Amino acid sequence: MKTDDLIAMLSTNVEPVDHRQIVRSIGMAVAAGTALAVGIVLFVLGPRAGLTTIAAFIPALLKVAVTAIILVPASIYLIRLTRPGGERRSSVALVALPFIAVMLLAVLSLTFAPSYHWNGTILGDDWLECLISIPLIAIVPFSVIVWAVRQMAPTDLARTGAFVGLVAGCVSAIGYAVHCADDSVPFFALWYGGTIALCTFAGWKLGPKLLRW
Amino acid sequence: MVANEAELRGLMRASLRGDAAAYRALLSRLSANLRAYYKGRLARIGRSAAEAEDLTQEALMAVHTRRHTYDPAVPLMPWVHAIARYKLIDHLRQTHASMKDLPIDDAEEIMAQDHHVGSESAHDLNRLLGQLPDKMRRTIQSVKLDGLSVAETASQYGMSESDVKVSVHRGLKALVTSVARKGRL
Repeated sequence: MKTDDLIAMLSTNVEPVDHRQIVRSIGMAVAAGTALAVGIVLFVLGPRAGLTTIAAFIPALLKVAVTAIILVPASIYLIRLTRPGGERRSSVALVALPFIAVMLLAVLSLTFAPSYHWNGTILGDDWLECLISIPLIAIVPFSVIVWAVRQMAPTDLARTGAFVGLVAGCVSAIGYAVHCADDSVPFFALWYGGTIALCTFAGWKLGPKLLRW
Repeated sequence: MVANEAELRGLMRASLRGDAAAYRALLSRLSANLRAYYKGRLARIGRSAAEAEDLTQEALMAVHTRRHTYDPAVPLMPWVHAIARYKLIDHLRQTHASMKDLPIDDAEEIMAQDHHVGSESAHDLNRLLGQLPDKMRRTIQSVKLDGLSVAETASQYGMSESDVKVSVHRGLKALVTSVARKGRL
């Protein structure tokens, strides 16, 4: 095939293209992933006891809000990464900051708590359920977001994969927060933070395979 | 003729609005830059220049099928360069070349020179089209090769216009995929 023939073919009857499509597609994938994660938690695990009372609603809302503080910048960076060369215009530091802040808070609240309480605050009632649920539920939003990112053109597949994992992990954690009744800061930092980090790692490993174009 | 960022960006913006003449001009200017880039890179690591034409065409197809990922608010050439480099690395990875030899480079290099002498690539368009499902092949033949309008193609094959557009779009993406896979054979 001659290159000129290819150019003639590509430029015949060319359709207008909307450059805002990326923001819309990725945004919708994240929203759909969140709806699915919350739906799965509500139907499979059920909402936490007394979610409609202030005493249970406020801590659940706080967990959702803190996770969203990581989710929103991560989604913005993910959108940047899906454009060719986007990795040159994104800094991981800004996304890592909220993460580190929550970890610091956890360490602080542990130092102020008497050491015989540590076991209770760190392990909570159901650390194992949290450890299993968040990564498992994350598979659903992860698949939806991977599908959306594959329509784009990321050029750093490992990093883009890591961000897909991070976003999916956050979305899953938001869903799980509707069910989870452990509200201590160290619990949140260790099990939510840890499982979200695990999802990020999985995305980093899977990115080059899943996102190639 | 050396790549001029402002001019090429203007052509790209017009292309995104559906201006076929601007798009054709853009692609032929980019093909010269891409050819020079690939020839230079491949020569530096001792690979044949014949691969450059294949890669040039793959990069042009990638520019085409991924043009919605260009943000008109930022310069065009870094975007083109990122695609060119991605396709080069992908190609070398498939053909088991050493990655260590590929120097980090920046957008200026792809703008610095160009080659207008196009040769023929190893891609056989008819063979590639032959691998597509009938509907995609017919619509690409009609809209992209014979130059019939989407409306004419739609009435000829008894399809809706949006069906024709989707079919052409998917067909081109499938072409890119089969071109990119040939390195593994």
